[in-house]
Amino acid sequence: MTSPRSSTPASGPSQDLAPSTAPASATPTAARPAAGPPLRDVSQITPRRKTRKPSAIAARVALYAALIVAAAFLLVPFFWMVSSSLKNNLDVFSVPVRWIPEAFQWHNYADIWVQADMATWLKNTLILSVVVTCLQVLTGSFAAYGFSRIRFPGRDVLFLCYIATIAVPWQAYMIPQFLIMSRVGLVNTLWAMIVLQAFGAFGVFLMKQFFETVPEELSESARVDGLSEYGIYWRIMLPLSVPAIASLALLTFVNTWNDYLGPLIYLRPRNLFTIQLGLKTFQADPQGSSLDALVMTGSVLSVLPIAIIFLLGQRYFVEGIATTGLKG
Amino acid sequence: MSATTATTPTAKSRKNALRRRNTLLGWSFILPNFIGFALITMVPIVALFYISFTDWNAFGNAGWVGFENYADLFGNRNFRIALVNTFYYAIPHILLTGVISLALAVLLNRKMRGIAFFRTAAFFPYITSIVAIAIVWNLLFSPDYGPINQILGVFGVDNPPGWTTSADWSMPAVIIVGTWREMGYYMLLFLAGLQTIPHELYEAATLDGAGKWKQFLHITWPGLRPTTFFIMVMLTIGSFKVFDLILVMTDGGPGTSTLVISQYIYQQGIENNKFGYSSAAAVVLFFICLAVTLVQFAVNRRNER
Repeated sequence: MTSPRSSTPASGPSQDLAPSTAPASATPTAARPAAGPPLRDVSQITPRRKTRKPSAIAARVALYAALIVAAAFLLVPFFWMVSSSLKNNLDVFSVPVRWIPEAFQWHNYADIWVQADMATWLKNTLILSVVVTCLQVLTGSFAAYGFSRIRFPGRDVLFLCYIATIAVPWQAYMIPQFLIMSRVGLVNTLWAMIVLQAFGAFGVFLMKQFFETVPEELSESARVDGLSEYGIYWRIMLPLSVPAIASLALLTFVNTWNDYLGPLIYLRPRNLFTIQLGLKTFQADPQGSSLDALVMTGSVLSVLPIAIIFLLGQRYFVEGIATTGLKG
Repeated sequence: MSATTATTPTAKSRKNALRRRNTLLGWSFILPNFIGFALITMVPIVALFYISFTDWNAFGNAGWVGFENYADLFGNRNFRIALVNTFYYAIPHILLTGVISLALAVLLNRKMRGIAFFRTAAFFPYITSIVAIAIVWNLLFSPDYGPINQILGVFGVDNPPGWTTSADWSMPAVIIVGTWREMGYYMLLFLAGLQTIPHELYEAATLDGAGKWKQFLHITWPGLRPTTFFIMVMLTIGSFKVFDLILVMTDGGPGTSTLVISQYIYQQGIENNKFGYSSAAAVVLFFICLAVTLVQFAVNRRNER
């Protein structure tokens, strides 16, 4: 599984980096043996030697301090979310700020299922995310095979159309899209969200990028052995592409799970609400605003599956993003 | 095809047959995706321009009205406010996110303890849903007893801002959250770019006695140019289309202080069913994104020379 992946991460935006971009001053010395300080003039070293070690330590301390501040900035909102989800509704805001609840209100995690329609929301979201992910991976990789392995007139123009649409903000064409969906009768059905999310150009692009790193000779020899193009796709390309498929599947799943605008437009009936739409409605409800802790509990539950998926499949997220750099 | 002029008729027809076979074969692979793609993306984009010249509304009669929608649009006070607000969000957000994510990437592009954890932490906000994030930040920003204003109080700020409840501070609040959410993502892209710069360049520069800042200026920055260009395009388009973050955090308010173009399109199109009029607003958004992208292409090309 590992063989072709090694060449993907850098194939994104920055493959035409040439060493020629280096400053002229650096090039002559590049030929020197890389043995570091001992080769330098003594006159240069001596005055520096004394200060170097403490200053290096100071730099390192400063670096860590900067990173800790940045990490705190990044994570404190999540910490506060979890902590508030275990407070009494009236204790969410207190003076001074209480970072750890006085008494842990674990029952919030049971109450939320009664107070809000969590079960329905999660069920709908799960159905959508799974179906969309499967469809996106299948149709995306299938089309990518056509784009990368079969030569026919009009192919490159068509692919250009795909690429061009990635740069067009969805907000610009959501109105005509809504009109088409109404005409086809998909509005206020889960199908609307499936159609909306499952046929994106993104998956085609990501898979094509990957397929192009697989050596052509592999399919060539399979062809000689009498395998059809469909056979090559299914028996050779897909098994080789597991890392890319994992990236695409995880990104698609998370994207569908987190989508708010799509459901807002296409899923008006309450029984079709997704977790994001439900959570927002619950929070905006006049009753919800006095239930701050429960709203936080709901938020934690909505983030939890994504957090688990992210921690387990981190590598694939990073690779998928480094390969394409395209999303959202 | 004309390169093989000396082909016999049979070879030619065989070649045509092969081409036809390949066309069918290729389309058979692409079609399942293409049907959905055409329906939800290609056709809507093309239709957008046509609809923007009609008075299509809830009653369905789509008559040609020429540039009337556009004239109405620019005569509309709220649209002009939305236009200004979009830039007011985009410019600080692009600068802040770009600078912070680049700085973080340069800091993190080394081997040290805890780096892996930090990369994970930095990326986490980006994959969390905007709804959950917006709700949490809204509570953090609460004017009276919110943690942020209490922390500001500790630092001696007597009159802390009202954040999302104040017309002056709602946009800065949204910009802070937007930057917080996206910096990890762009940091990852910068890191991918940094890893393509050959390490020997830095070693050589160190031997020459070039300081860290000089190294950044003469090795890192030029080496990152393709990455930076790509990131700027993505970041710019992303900023100009900002929508869900604002919708959940402030709903465009208080008043119209955070109303942006995307939300205006949504209000006029989906809520008021003024399809023709809202499409005209969408065309404006389309051309803003296109123009900004083209400018960046031009700048990038000039820098390459």
